[in-house]
Amino acid sequence: MLCQRCKRREATVHITRFVGGKKEELHLCRDCAEELLGTGDFLSFDFSLPDLLGSLVKPAKSLLGETRQPVLRCPKCGLTYEGFQEIGRLGCASCYKTFRSKLVPLLRRIHGNTKHGGKVPSKVGKELKVERELEKLRLELESAVRKEEYEKAAQIRDRIRELEGKIAR
Amino acid sequence: MRVEDISLEWIKGIGPKSNIALSSRIRLARNLRDYPFPSVAKRKDLEGVVEKVKGVLEQDPYFKGFSLFMLESLSKVERETLVEKHLISPEHANGGARKAGAVLIEHEGVLSVMINEEDHLRIQCFLGGLQLGEVWRIIDRFDSILEKYVDYAFDEEFGYLTACPTNVGTGLRASVMLHLPGLVMTKKIGKVVEELSKIGLTVRGIYGEGTEALGNLFQLSNQVTLGPSEEEIIDKLEKIALRVIEEEELSRKQLFKVKGIRLEDSLWRAYGILKNARIMSSKEAMELLSQVRMGVDMGILPSIDKRKFNELLISIRPAHLQLSAKRELAPEERDKMRADLLRESF
Repeated sequence: MLCQRCKRREATVHITRFVGGKKEELHLCRDCAEELLGTGDFLSFDFSLPDLLGSLVKPAKSLLGETRQPVLRCPKCGLTYEGFQEIGRLGCASCYKTFRSKLVPLLRRIHGNTKHGGKVPSKVGKELKVERELEKLRLELESAVRKEEYEKAAQIRDRIRELEGKIAR
Repeated sequence: MRVEDISLEWIKGIGPKSNIALSSRIRLARNLRDYPFPSVAKRKDLEGVVEKVKGVLEQDPYFKGFSLFMLESLSKVERETLVEKHLISPEHANGGARKAGAVLIEHEGVLSVMINEEDHLRIQCFLGGLQLGEVWRIIDRFDSILEKYVDYAFDEEFGYLTACPTNVGTGLRASVMLHLPGLVMTKKIGKVVEELSKIGLTVRGIYGEGTEALGNLFQLSNQVTLGPSEEEIIDKLEKIALRVIEEEELSRKQLFKVKGIRLEDSLWRAYGILKNARIMSSKEAMELLSQVRMGVDMGILPSIDKRKFNELLISIRPAHLQLSAKRELAPEERDKMRADLLRESF
């Protein structure tokens, strides 16, 4: 094999490096390799956030070899999932819907969670807020019962009924 | 308002524990539903985002005390000044002009918004001391008023949608700027950083590259933005920050016990250099200011207002020196001007 750089001498040095989260093989002759080493370019390694995200998003390599998957493309902004892997940034709000099945495991790895538990814009609806509150109260009820704090449990139950009534209306 | 007139509230040094916790900051990442995110958006879309914000500013009297700056209308030194004040990121200062980047700044110096950085809006709120609860109250109100006029990219499952999945959910990054010379000098800082990372918090040096924390200034912040509520994130960070401050205070006492007069001597020497040097690099100034600040906190050196230290942290930096000189300065000129400024201050 000829050296990728000078394309004249035989490639005797084989290097693996990561660029943009992708593995890249370099095949060089001794002279070119040394020259590149001197410039520091040779070892330029990509260890930035997009790069690390890229490695998080990639599925573990299957032992059966790569199976070709259809390209996922956001209909709104045109970003592909591969494009996201490269730049580490999503293109628009719709990307979250398009890539949902792939994003959920990624979010779990980053945050240890996949569901938002914080502020909701008031426009998005008061109902969601009530449901959130209900979810929290049900957990509290469970724990109160477990601890045999029946008086507290009764209070929580009343509050749940009240909120459920609100949603029904 | 001109860039040189921008003052920051936290600089005053008012707030709980403000001798060690210089500032409390919260940043909210927000995007507009109907525009592509900045990384893929065309300039025209991003100009649309700016127009949208301008429209909101005119609609609500709440926004009367704010000024909007387009980055392309600012000089390089002015943009750098905003970076040194932590009002915009270095990336925004460099690439923002091409992408219709802008910054909205409140005259009180508490709230600001980066427009068209990684996300359409990066709302920031700073106060002095450790008071994230109050910072949250202020920024939450700003966000809720803004939200009446714009449609945020929001999803019931994932929360506020951001360009990078590391910010999705609350879009909230809270941080506390801490001065930790005691933990550095007792070499406890490594363990502190390591342990905090295990509970989902990040500690990094604010100035300096890599692991070096120039001036012993560290930023403690949350990593997780999806799952817990804003209040839970803030509460956790505040409690941990208090614990770190406690350990810092303890370390200073231990240092004094072990080193005694030798510690006093080195702090007085640092003070002497600040008061007498004729040329001073940024790095040396940061180190000496850190020592003198600790000496004042410990009652070893004469009392000096916290505000002076906070002001100097920013005013000795290159763009600020050049802005006040009203011309570009070569590095040697800056070192001289910095030393002059420090001598006048002490």
